[in-house]
Amino acid sequence: MKDFNYHSAKDSKEASKLASSSSAFLAGGMTTIPSMKLGLATYKDLIDIKNIKKLSGIKVSGKSVTIGAATKHVEVSNSKDVKKAIPSLSSLAEGIGDPQVRNRGTIGGSIANNDPSADYPSACIALNAIIHTNERKIEAAKFFKGMFETALKKGELIEAIEFQIPEKSSYQKHPNPASRYAIVGVYVAKHKGDINVAVTGAKSCVYNDKEMSKALSGNFSSSSIDGMDLDSSEMNSDMHASADFRASLVVTQAKKAVDAC
Amino acid sequence: MGKISLEVNGRKVEKEAPDNTLLSTFLREHLQLTGTHIGCDTSQCGACVVHVDGNSLKSCTALAADVNGSKVTTIEGLETNGKMHPMQEAFKKLHGLQCGFCTPGMVMSAIDLLQKNKKPSDTEIRDWLEGNICRCTGYQNIVAAVKEAATKM
Repeated sequence: MKDFNYHSAKDSKEASKLASSSSAFLAGGMTTIPSMKLGLATYKDLIDIKNIKKLSGIKVSGKSVTIGAATKHVEVSNSKDVKKAIPSLSSLAEGIGDPQVRNRGTIGGSIANNDPSADYPSACIALNAIIHTNERKIEAAKFFKGMFETALKKGELIEAIEFQIPEKSSYQKHPNPASRYAIVGVYVAKHKGDINVAVTGAKSCVYNDKEMSKALSGNFSSSSIDGMDLDSSEMNSDMHASADFRASLVVTQAKKAVDAC
Repeated sequence: MGKISLEVNGRKVEKEAPDNTLLSTFLREHLQLTGTHIGCDTSQCGACVVHVDGNSLKSCTALAADVNGSKVTTIEGLETNGKMHPMQEAFKKLHGLQCGFCTPGMVMSAIDLLQKNKKPSDTEIRDWLEGNICRCTGYQNIVAAVKEAATKM
């Protein structure tokens, strides 16, 4: 791994002041460090944000669950408040990677990285999340721009993610047996006014499947989407699953999620 | 370069190290604690698992700088007065290892499990050891050893 300068920021202000075109924020490092070791990314400066107290913690109100960006997966999966308010969010966190990854990895890191197979982006879309940064609030639907791409500007730091508490929800994934990343994951959430069917792993970026939400808004039952033939032309095809298999998995996982709601 | 201060296996250490030093490198090359193994070096195999402030982590995917000030326990820190830790005893007794390469990580990870779940089921043990890969595929005896240790810890 090429050398860099390590900085530990005390607050968001200091973190964004230290940021430059050749820097990255470091939280759990579960993606940043492997990417740097493999030479896929090089930075002159790594700005550690783990010690910024304001970025950790979970707050639940009547309508939403707000999770600090540097909150670890293990904290989300163990939180009684999250389990009570949005059980599907706590089980999503419990299914990320392995215990050691969950002991380090953070929600903000997962979202900022926007891996096409990551779990948390689907939660943001399904639960109408608002991403709070040190500069503004961004709706999840406008945040995830493409493969590893987000609406974040250089030096902009995610501070918290605010999830809307749904009436019912469930996240189901078909994991890669080695990495536990989603080959396909589907997060279904039924809110008072809308139904979201957020899909991860299938395309280059997480998306809300409007065709399935439309079918489900007529009748919220897995029979409404049974046998649906989704367009696989934009779906990923690799050694783990062909595009057609992924298209079929999306429907299967969506049905499982609706049944589990 | 920066100063890394850690408490490793109960001993205070302070050494200068380049900022890109991984915790695994710091332990193995700066402190000569080679019990922590590097298997895949891509945070998948778990041979490098150590405890930092009581929780298990993969030391090949953490910077020494980023755990600065912490208490670290490695496989070398488990024995007391020359007596093996109950988890080590159980691995020995039930032959929970073949080549032994993954063993330090398995033992450290399994101890963290028992800290959090005193009586895990077979499924819970297997789920927990998700991030520890045994290239000899000796999982049956590993799971048996963790169950045995649970009765002794």
